[in-house]
Amino acid sequence: MSQLHIVSAPKEEPPALHARAMDNLKYIRETMERATAFTNISGGGQVAIGVTALVASAIAARQSVFKNWLAVWCAEVVVALLIAGWSMDRKARAAKMPLLSGPGRKVAFSLSPPILAGALLTVALYRAGLVNAIPGLWLLLYGTGVITGGMFSISVVPLMGICFMALGAVALMAPPGFADWFMAAGFGGLHIVFGIVIARRYGG
Amino acid sequence: MARQSALKESTQKKQRALQEVRSAKAEHPAPGLDRLIHERLRLGIVSALAANETLTFNDLKSLMNTTDGNLSVHARKLEDAGYIAVTKSFEDRLPKTEYKLTAAGQRALESYLSHMETIIGQMRNR
Repeated sequence: MSQLHIVSAPKEEPPALHARAMDNLKYIRETMERATAFTNISGGGQVAIGVTALVASAIAARQSVFKNWLAVWCAEVVVALLIAGWSMDRKARAAKMPLLSGPGRKVAFSLSPPILAGALLTVALYRAGLVNAIPGLWLLLYGTGVITGGMFSISVVPLMGICFMALGAVALMAPPGFADWFMAAGFGGLHIVFGIVIARRYGG
Repeated sequence: MARQSALKESTQKKQRALQEVRSAKAEHPAPGLDRLIHERLRLGIVSALAANETLTFNDLKSLMNTTDGNLSVHARKLEDAGYIAVTKSFEDRLPKTEYKLTAAGQRALESYLSHMETIIGQMRNR
């Protein structure tokens, strides 16, 4: 029996060891990804997005033609995405771990379907001449994206999503003249307020 | 017939013994392994802190999906080893415990990672 140990154990042992090592690496990677998705929403970046959104809403409010108003906000979306990408990448890099594979992936995946839906509905509403519903729709859909994207994150993120949804719901019911105020309050105000909270509590 | 069943029994015995050896080996995968960090929850704590500057006790608790007692026991072991640093403060009059990975903790995780990579690499070279 003792012979059996000597002969068989080394033969059988490496695959198990190897599998366990792989399993350990996978666990480390998954934990890090989860932990990063947890706080990789950059508070500072969010404040910056809020400030640019305030500027955008001020410019958009002066547009008399809806197409120009839409163009201003489309430009703001591009600016916001660039800021978000850059700030999240910087925060993820601070972790200094090469193991990390796309920490923002989860958030990006859950945020993009409602944004795509919003883009399509914007076109549909524009064609139907229901442009007054667009600000409320954007706030509402952005809120849903933030809630789902923030499910794995710190609890203030889904809370921010709920605030966006509530604001969107009010905007849909409110008279059209207030649209720019709702846009400023949501994409400007909420981003800045929650951005400060995240930056203060979760390092950047 | 009796001989056959005796043989069968002895084979089963051998297999059981082998299995015991294997599981014992699995518990101690390799000599020189950092046992402190090898334990699942502690490995999780260190990994989570490697991805974040700091995490609070509650952050870690919800991330690791564990209990207060379990987390504090394992965090204490890591703290005693100097792998993580703990700061206790008050926020809005509520106690707040923050954890941070130390340079020693970072090194321990890195050497654990390279240890695992070596094991995998050895397997590939066979």
